[in-house]
Amino acid sequence: MSNAVSALQGKVAPGEVTIREAGLRGMITLRGDLSDKQIRRVCTDMTDQKFPEAGKAHCEGDKGICWMSPDEVLLLVPYAEVNDHLTRIAVALKGKHYLAENVSDARALLYVEGEFAREVMAKLAPVNLHPDTFGPGDFRRTRLGQVAAAFWMRDEDTFAVICFRSVAGYAFDLLAASAKAGAVGHFVEG
Amino acid sequence: MLILHCPYCGMDVDETDLHAGGQAHLKREGPGSSDEDFEDYLFLRENPKGVHFERWRHVYGCGKWFHAARCTNTLEVFGTYPAQTLEPPQEIRDKISGKRPGWSWGMFK
Ligand SMILES: [Zn+2]
Repeated sequence: MSNAVSALQGKVAPGEVTIREAGLRGMITLRGDLSDKQIRRVCTDMTDQKFPEAGKAHCEGDKGICWMSPDEVLLLVPYAEVNDHLTRIAVALKGKHYLAENVSDARALLYVEGEFAREVMAKLAPVNLHPDTFGPGDFRRTRLGQVAAAFWMRDEDTFAVICFRSVAGYAFDLLAASAKAGAVGHFVEG
Repeated sequence: MLILHCPYCGMDVDETDLHAGGQAHLKREGPGSSDEDFEDYLFLRENPKGVHFERWRHVYGCGKWFHAARCTNTLEVFGTYPAQTLEPPQEIRDKISGKRPGWSWGMFK
């Protein structure tokens, strides 16, 4: 067996807002008719999460379902369990028109943790991150500086960011620079 | 800066998250078409000062193509609608008529 390592091997940039690479995470891209009951059930069964509406993600611990597009979800599972889940999907959806692919090693997962995490993100993505508009449960695919990324909020002070593994270094440095530059004060409650 | 509503994601998306796809509602002229029709399809485009229909792709998001109706003069966006249609929906046309009475574009008015 090869020794699987994550893109940045748990690198941390500590600060008022800390950037942390989350290590290995199982990720499965599932495409198909998202209104299909069996497809929805296999997603909810393997993650113990409710199936998300458009633009939402239901994540807890290292499991979750993220809405990627009208015909695509990203399933988050423990890294070691990915192949078991792929088998489960193949059995449950046999004969259906769908695609399921292990993308765990093609992606990186970063955490942005701290009081002004919202501002660290807002400086880098063309997304309205006002607390009234974006909160825990919301999910967005967009860009971070120059690269494609997707993110959601784990709680009020923590963002989880997924990007391609090949640009994990860039995304990490970008987030760390944004955190180091400090808060803007844009979202301070008036 | 242009902000368009992605009809698939239901989100307002910044221009930098999108990819412009040129004029909307082109009818493909393939084998058997006349030289004039083929030239028209391949090279000739609307270039209006005012109401315009375009294709856009939510490239950093869902990756889907959709249509947008907007004014090239003021950048006002009249609305967006899914790609699975051959012509602008009545609702969008009515909205444009309310704001630009007497508008016309290609074969639509
Ligand atoms: Zn979209």
